[in-house]
Amino acid sequence: MKQLFENNVVPMKRRQFLKASAAATGGLVIGFQLPGGNKMAQAQAAPAPNTTPNAFLRIARDGSVTVLVKHLEFGQGVMTSLPMLVAEELDCDWSKVRSEMAPAAPQFAHTMFGMQMTGGSSSVSNSWTQMRTVGAAARMMLVSAGAAKWKVDAAKCRTNNGFVIGPAGQKESFGTLADAANALTVPTNVKLKEAKDFKVIGKPTRRIDAPSKINGSAIFGLDVTAKEVPNLHTAVVLHPPIFGAKVKRLDASKVHGVPGVSHVIQTANGVAVIAKTFWAAKKGRDLLDVQWDLAPGSKANTADLRKSYRALAQTPGVIAKAGNVESLKTAVKTVTAEYEVPFLAHAPMEPLNCTVSVKADSCEIWVGSQFQTVDQGAAAKVAGLKPEQVKLNTIIAGGGFGRRANPTSDYVIEAVEIALKAKVPVKTVWTREDDIKGGYYRPMYVHRANAGLDAAGKIVAWDHTVVGQSIIAGTAFEPMMVKGGIDATSVEGVTDTPYDIPNMQTSLHTTQTGVPVLWWRSVGHTHTAFVMETMMDDLAKEAGKDPVAFRRDHLGKHPRIANVLAMAADKAGWGSPLPNGVARGVAVHESFGTVCAQVVEVSLDKGKIKVGRVVAAIDCGIAVNPLTISAQVESAIAFGLSAALYGQVTLKDGVVEQSNFHDYQVLRIAEMPKVEVHVVPSTAAPSGVGEPGTPPIAPAVSNALFALTGKRLRELPFKV
Amino acid sequence: MIRFSVNGERIETDVAADTPLLWFLRDNLQMTGTKYGCGIALCGACTVHINGEPSRSCSTLLSAVAGKRVTTIEDISTTPIGKKVQAAWLSEDVVQCGYCQSGQIMSAIALLTKVKNPTDVQIDDAMAGNICRCGTYNRVRAAIKVAASGTAAKPVAPAKTPTAKAKA
Repeated sequence: MKQLFENNVVPMKRRQFLKASAAATGGLVIGFQLPGGNKMAQAQAAPAPNTTPNAFLRIARDGSVTVLVKHLEFGQGVMTSLPMLVAEELDCDWSKVRSEMAPAAPQFAHTMFGMQMTGGSSSVSNSWTQMRTVGAAARMMLVSAGAAKWKVDAAKCRTNNGFVIGPAGQKESFGTLADAANALTVPTNVKLKEAKDFKVIGKPTRRIDAPSKINGSAIFGLDVTAKEVPNLHTAVVLHPPIFGAKVKRLDASKVHGVPGVSHVIQTANGVAVIAKTFWAAKKGRDLLDVQWDLAPGSKANTADLRKSYRALAQTPGVIAKAGNVESLKTAVKTVTAEYEVPFLAHAPMEPLNCTVSVKADSCEIWVGSQFQTVDQGAAAKVAGLKPEQVKLNTIIAGGGFGRRANPTSDYVIEAVEIALKAKVPVKTVWTREDDIKGGYYRPMYVHRANAGLDAAGKIVAWDHTVVGQSIIAGTAFEPMMVKGGIDATSVEGVTDTPYDIPNMQTSLHTTQTGVPVLWWRSVGHTHTAFVMETMMDDLAKEAGKDPVAFRRDHLGKHPRIANVLAMAADKAGWGSPLPNGVARGVAVHESFGTVCAQVVEVSLDKGKIKVGRVVAAIDCGIAVNPLTISAQVESAIAFGLSAALYGQVTLKDGVVEQSNFHDYQVLRIAEMPKVEVHVVPSTAAPSGVGEPGTPPIAPAVSNALFALTGKRLRELPFKV
Repeated sequence: MIRFSVNGERIETDVAADTPLLWFLRDNLQMTGTKYGCGIALCGACTVHINGEPSRSCSTLLSAVAGKRVTTIEDISTTPIGKKVQAAWLSEDVVQCGYCQSGQIMSAIALLTKVKNPTDVQIDDAMAGNICRCGTYNRVRAAIKVAASGTAAKPVAPAKTPTAKAKA
């Protein structure tokens, strides 16, 4: 293969993302060291910036401020929000702030979970004190450096927008003072600003990463090419037709005729075809002739699962929360209902991929990972190396929604295995079909709930059973998150309901299907909020109460939630007249420490559900970047609405029946509702933002449809 | 040999004629601004302009672009409408993960090239083929209107104009 240009052309200039671009020598470098968790330790002894794996902040001599972001940027805005936390305390010039993703290293561990990861809507909340402390410490050091230079008392110096200013009006830029500051000990007695003095936090701030994402220059994992990794090959893998099947016989004779194909490799979970280009590898894969041993595979059928789950739901499971449901007998009215939600694929826009280069005593990986140190450890195991011999470069990802946080590191270890066997650097690429069919879905669940009201219209008892697979069982997270046979993610949002229910019992049947499952944006809340919030609507109807008032009457112990609900209702004009054929529905749910309420306006257009407007209120503590919070709530609504209207993965004899966006449909522009986001003012520390907007949308739409048609939809996706 | 142009550069190649333009751009020219999302023209992430028309490069074979002009996201800031659209994308803070945005922008530019002030329905029609899993649709719509009215809040530095060098 060769291509010719008739003109002489200048090679394309790309961002040198693989090397620390702030190649300035010297400057101030601030980091944390282990052990000591998130305690400030010693300053780094000014090594070259790209050899300082635990630096969080570099101030170069030119005054540029580079924040190393320990989390994956995959849309949620951490490359802007985390630098904002640093900048607030550092008092630097925002226009000089840069953002870079940190490499995988224990020093960049999540401050609560002890590993480097992105999930649980916790990127800002776990960095809240840490990143401000980094900024404050650096500021103190710069002030000390200025004071020493001018031989004045540091207490008499101040900072302003990237400058240290002395008592007699002396003035030096941070960049000028960076070298001297770097020689100082990092202070341990750092005092952080009070919220009333914030200048950066709370200011709507446009994304730092946006300019690179509007001109094609941003490098996603799939965009790693031979420019970054010489001699890079591409692998496309044929996975088994059903989960758990094994290769019985492989005939690759036709594949070798495809120009460009260099290797055909049998892997632990299929057959990889490797070529210089994706298209050659894909063509090769299409010509593979494989006989599969289906015996060890899962033959799961959605129709059968539905039957067995519904039968199980009639019987109590393992008690997750005990309560006296005998008192249901005293109820004057009851609501009994069954719910069903399907398997869901994450379907991020960027299909999974991972680039690996293996050498004798090291391995380098380029991947958009939510689980950096987990993937690093798993890769090390496959390559027979120590974790510190694996350099994992976190590359921005085109979405993830949980799929890139896999305790089994499936797509990463597959890529390592392929590169190891091929003995060349390989980018393993999943097609969209591989993604939709590849498992690690939000599990299918059935719920059965039975709740009763007293004569005054208050809930007296609630008996709730959940049936479905455990996301956590069998993973390294099991000891932490599965207690007494209860996977917390299967029942979160039910057992901890804020509603005042004097007698509530929740039980769980944990099933096994052989279909790999995983967390999906908002995890258990994806289904529990749907059930709880539609049940509350049915109970309100039975009680003859307004849905907002009924909820409020059961939120006596939770004024924060009641307040968010009231705000959404107020802003939406709850109770005001609507045009004919339009109805409102409401839902409120707490997840990841944040409360989100949504009021939707829904109509039917030729039998198709049309969500015209969503008014959301959110209490997520201090709003670090209001612009991102609005964007994330819009995003979470679109994501939840895609699932509510369309999302389902079904299986027939173990085979996934969907494959691409024609049969795994997602929301398109004409279906996007108008969204208004109202943020509750708060002085509490920030809580989650990326996920809490997803749980309320499906129940709010179901409730609006109930108001519109009198018909209750208890299965997702909706079928009207 | 297939001859065509990419961003004004003349291309002559003997890469297999059944190779989709997308993969020629990405793997052979190493111009990775144009994205792979679905491979079968369902998501719009791979949208480029062929003779000015928005086209899904994942489903356009090299044989079909012979003699034609291909424009990609990397070169779109060289046009006045491209500049306006990029500026509007920044002023409206459209992007989240950003992966679909090359395609969104290429579709938006094609729309605004034909329709100066598109209505909501025209926007829906022109952008129907571009999926965004982050749900940036309302901001995409707002940015198209901002670009149409020329009221972007701040200017944007022109994007680098990459050119491509072939690799065997």
